[in-house]
Amino acid sequence: MSLLVYTENWDGKFKKLSFELITYARKVADQLGTEVSVVSIGNVADDELLKLGSYGADKILKVEDDRLNVLINRAYSSIITQVADNINADIVLFAHNFSGKAIAPRVAVKLKAGAVTGVTNVPSSLDPFTVKKMVFTNKAYADVIVKSSKKVLTLFQNSLGVEENPKPAAIEVFTPKLDDDDFKTKVTETKKITGKVLLTDAEVVVSGGRGMKNPDNWKPLEELAEVLGAATACSRPVSDEGWRPHEEHVGQTGKIIAPNLYFALGISGAIQHLGGVSSSKHIVAVNTDKDAPIFESADYGIVGDVHKVLPELVSKIKELKASQG
Amino acid sequence: MKILVCISNVPDTTTKIRFTDNDTKFDAAGVQWIINPWDELALTRALELKEGSGGAIEKISVINVGSKDTEPTLRKALAIGADDAIRIDAEPQDAYFVASQLAEYLKANPFDIMLCGIDSSDYNGSLVGGMLSELLDLPSVSSVSKINMDGENIILNREIDGGSETLETTVPFVAIVQKGIALEPRIPSMRGIMMARKKPLEVKPAVETEALTEFAGFELPPPKAKCKMVDAENVNELVELLHNEAKVI
Ligand SMILES: Cc1cc2nc3c(=O)[nH]c(=O)nc-3n(C[C@H](O)[C@H](O)[C@H](O)COP(=O)(O)OP(=O)(O)OC[C@H]3O[C@@H](n4cnc5c(N)ncnc54)[C@H](O)[C@@H]3O)c2cc1C
Ligand SMILES: Nc1ncnc2c1ncn2[C@@H]1O[C@H](COP(=O)(O)O)[C@@H](O)[C@H]1O
Repeated sequence: MSLLVYTENWDGKFKKLSFELITYARKVADQLGTEVSVVSIGNVADDELLKLGSYGADKILKVEDDRLNVLINRAYSSIITQVADNINADIVLFAHNFSGKAIAPRVAVKLKAGAVTGVTNVPSSLDPFTVKKMVFTNKAYADVIVKSSKKVLTLFQNSLGVEENPKPAAIEVFTPKLDDDDFKTKVTETKKITGKVLLTDAEVVVSGGRGMKNPDNWKPLEELAEVLGAATACSRPVSDEGWRPHEEHVGQTGKIIAPNLYFALGISGAIQHLGGVSSSKHIVAVNTDKDAPIFESADYGIVGDVHKVLPELVSKIKELKASQG
Repeated sequence: MKILVCISNVPDTTTKIRFTDNDTKFDAAGVQWIINPWDELALTRALELKEGSGGAIEKISVINVGSKDTEPTLRKALAIGADDAIRIDAEPQDAYFVASQLAEYLKANPFDIMLCGIDSSDYNGSLVGGMLSELLDLPSVSSVSKINMDGENIILNREIDGGSETLETTVPFVAIVQKGIALEPRIPSMRGIMMARKKPLEVKPAVETEALTEFAGFELPPPKAKCKMVDAENVNELVELLHNEAKVI
């Protein structure tokens, strides 16, 4: 009986997402009375790996190979399955992000494991094994029973938060068997967005809709994001119009996010938009229309013109930050 | 070269979600069914590639694992421009069940490029495409936002956390597509709708496979507390609420 977590690294570093995964794994392992093993692929320094111990990892298996510095679905799923077989893992856990969605289904087939994606809580029962997940794009939840003895889960971001739980984690090198067939896809170019808070990482997200009126009005919105250390986002028409870059589009057909605080500025709150943001812990809406549907999903609202409210909001938050030193 | 687009039949994106049978089943009463938005975009891109291929891509097929009720959705895909459709006659039970049905069919009827969406908008599995590629032991590329062909070469773009990558791969392969793959879904023309009636829609029996998961029950999120309204002339009050009450700034 054992539990395996795959966590990716970003240029050799882990993120809050990784620590959240380990926190979750620790809770599930405690329910089962078992250990948390982690597999890390790519070059990560040992002191970075040991950080995973602070959140409850017992054992860290590292796989280093220069061909593995980019995600290759077939190679990665083969490695993770080899580790799972080696430690006889019953549950393999991933993040519900790009890499998790890419690899988890392949690992599930290799292990003949039932898979549940976008899990939002620890199992409510171990027998039958039952977990909660999001369905209908944030509009409902389902309890899913996994019938197979092996299980693959992907954890929805920001579901449980991060808790420290230090363990004296041990690092081991794992050497997988790989063949040329595993490398039939080749990454020829990587483009990274630098100097911006990433939407999928952000605790606070400031988002603008068509009510912003035109792309030149985004300055105060960016300023608000800057004082809050927030990421910027937008509704679909805004990115379709080319007012903002596509990677900022949130909603059912864009990114699904769950920050602690979401600002919806000049956004009507269409059901497809809410699908991407309604898991946010707190929502603030500013809209001229008191009947805009966004107010039904918001926690705090201002009926008003975003062009007047936004500069005011920036200056008041700056004052607050200044008073806090 | 042949391209297959896997089609998931889902409730319209504006559907009010309700459950029946003691919250154990999705209430399909009055629901409008559509092609899963990603699959519709995947089909659109497949057609664009075919049209630009100078005959190198000879056929676009669509496939669905579903009961007879999904046939209107497949007919719509034919009206948009797919050449033929296959329905595997089984009620989808879980992702492993669906992927196994698709894989059995594809072992006997291979395609060069297989396109799946990143998720179905109903159960948000994000599983079928990846499972299918593994069952067929083929390369897969996920979160694909662009597919281009340069002669024989296939060039893909995929989104990663904080950026994007360009990839090359060998055929056959499975691409799991998302936003960006096509700009707008293609809308069936009158002529397309007429022609769709005559295009082949083949029904295949399901193979014996098991489901590894099942839904035990559903629930709607708890109703949201009423929104606290702050006067537009008093923005400072909002800042104080966010700081002292919500403790988020
Ligand atoms: C299949 C499908 C998928 C979709 N996926 C998505 C998705 O992923 N994400 C998404 O966002 N949308 C999506 N949509 C589109 C969605 O239905 C809405 O059209 C869209 O969200 C509306 O964007 P908006 O709120 O910015 O614009 P609008 O609906 O035009 O709303 C603008 C709002 O701004 C307010 N306003 C105007 N002026 C001001 C001002 N000066 N100050 C303050 N407020 C002002 C207005 O009162 C209004 O409420 C999808 C649609 C479909 C059919
Ligand atoms: N019943 C089905 N028949 C055919 N293809 C499907 C079916 N269900 C899902 N798919 C494909 O798999 C993708 C992801 O679905 P899912 O794993 O259910 O989220 C969809 O976008 C479709 O391309």
